[in-house]
Amino acid sequence: MSVYYSEDHEWIEVEGDLGTVGITDYAQGQLGDITFVDLPEEGAEVAKGDSVAVVDSVKAASDVYTPVSGVIAAINEALADEPELVNTDAEVGGWLFRVTLSNPSELEELMDEAAYKTYVEGL
Amino acid sequence: MSGVNTAGWRPSMNSTEGVATGPVTASGDRALMLEEPLIFELDGEGKWGVDIDACERPMASALAKFARKAAPALPGLTEPEVVRHYTRLSRQNYGIDLGPFPLGSCTMKHNPRLNEKMARLPGFADVHPLQPQKTVEGALEVIEQLADWLITLTGMASVAMSPKAGAHGELCGLLCIRAALDARGETRDIVLVPESAHGTNPATAAFAGFKVQTIPATPEGRVDVAALKEKLGPDVAGVMITNPNTCGLFEPELKDIADAVHAAGGYVYCDGANFNAIVGRVRPGDLGVDAMHINLHKTFSTPHGGGGPGAGPVVLSEALAPFAPLPFVTRGADGSIHLVEEENRGEGHDRAFGRMVAFHGQMGMFTRALAYILSHGADGLRQVAEDAVLNANYVLRSLDDVLEAPFGASGPCMHEALFSDAGLPEGLSTLDIAKGLIDEGFHPMTVYFPLVVKGAMLIEPTETESKQGLDRFIASMRRLAERAKAGDESLHAAPFYAPRRRLDETRAARKPVLVWKGDQTEG
Repeated sequence: MSVYYSEDHEWIEVEGDLGTVGITDYAQGQLGDITFVDLPEEGAEVAKGDSVAVVDSVKAASDVYTPVSGVIAAINEALADEPELVNTDAEVGGWLFRVTLSNPSELEELMDEAAYKTYVEGL
Repeated sequence: MSGVNTAGWRPSMNSTEGVATGPVTASGDRALMLEEPLIFELDGEGKWGVDIDACERPMASALAKFARKAAPALPGLTEPEVVRHYTRLSRQNYGIDLGPFPLGSCTMKHNPRLNEKMARLPGFADVHPLQPQKTVEGALEVIEQLADWLITLTGMASVAMSPKAGAHGELCGLLCIRAALDARGETRDIVLVPESAHGTNPATAAFAGFKVQTIPATPEGRVDVAALKEKLGPDVAGVMITNPNTCGLFEPELKDIADAVHAAGGYVYCDGANFNAIVGRVRPGDLGVDAMHINLHKTFSTPHGGGGPGAGPVVLSEALAPFAPLPFVTRGADGSIHLVEEENRGEGHDRAFGRMVAFHGQMGMFTRALAYILSHGADGLRQVAEDAVLNANYVLRSLDDVLEAPFGASGPCMHEALFSDAGLPEGLSTLDIAKGLIDEGFHPMTVYFPLVVKGAMLIEPTETESKQGLDRFIASMRRLAERAKAGDESLHAAPFYAPRRRLDETRAARKPVLVWKGDQTEG
């Protein structure tokens, strides 16, 4: 199991061919209080970089891009009632969707935790 | 002006803890600071506004089984209660007639009363769109004259008058582009939108069925022209660009961009919401623009905010003019005015893509805008742009020592000054400054937009504020910036002096209460 990060501030935790995706704690901090999360439909086929979800905060509505290609396997139903999970627990309970990877080699283009940390510090 | 509901006090709060302001009144009012319940809470047995006699000869309702069986659950109030209810609520509101309204990108300028007088003339106000044309020639003349002014001011070939607001005008422009592409037998489906464009632009492009690709902004806050040119190709239908852009900056390379877009077979849509800054100085037609909406409710002072209505005529280039929606008001060779509609569309409008609305657009706004234009004249309109830009630069340079101006080094701004909260101490942000501005008696500026700037504060003073008025606003902003820089945590609790204290915007968005259900617990 390993976690990867994108430059658009998504994280993906991969186990086998299943990836769990959310936005990073840094991203939620920048967005402010999340008020609504629009999630993709299960079974939807997505390509790396597609805008698949929208996170609304008191400041702005922001697209969430899938860091990998594949098929949406699950969405975090809890966010419908508790969008604030993305604020309070961005990198665990506030996950957005699960995706069955169709091209695991795409993970190589993402950052590991240390690289992401350096990336954020440079912003 | 102190002691106005200092702690956001409400009648339900029976404690004045921590509030050093006089006794609690039984009514909840504080002299002229009035509390007001919801209209449903004013409901009372045996109260109504009009007393209608019972029908002596009951008739069968034409509604048959759809007729209402029980009375609607509407509150019963006397007429004076209704009048007072809304008048009391209006005293808790803020409007352009109370003070400056520095909402960036909105152009909340004074609405001259002359416009109102003209719009209320019965020949303009009391007409119906289906009246015989002969009985509304004056109204048609107003539409034609305004159209002529808009074409002249923008240097374009034609104008579609009917769109009802800015975003509606954007849609009209993109539908013209779509129609022009269809006529060429092309299926281009990408619209390029720079980060510095208005937020409605990508939404409009998506709504019109195009795919949106974002073009980054340069560190100076302008369109990255190289990045834009790289994206041009056989699939690009066009570009939507806002000039001046939402960073308050002029896009000097628009002509170069337009030439490149045209060479690649695309069209240029310009968001004209900020036309106020350049009217009389720049003609978008000279910059290669193919379509641009004009917010009459911004540049030409027709009232807006709180419901409008707006009006967003779209000026069009020679290339797009044949596809413009009907109807059109045209002047014949003999000077007579007539309407071009579906029945007689052969007159140069046979390729019109359809209609945006049922009739002609916002007659009241047309009359106000033309009154504004005629009372200013060409030289006056030019001065509008000059003074709007002068005022914004005065604000920019009067505050850039206490607030960070991210594009302050990019040269003069146009009609709006952009600041960020980057220089404020940890924990204090744009929101605190905005709420503090309410205490200072001003409507807050636009906040957190544009997105390319951290904690953006976008201030558009407009040309209708005097130097004296601007100095008062600047003094308030300086005070707030200095309080924030000194780490004054009390800003978190602002506003202190509004009818309500800081509202929980997050909870309002997460758990909105949209319907009154009676007996609501106060929270």
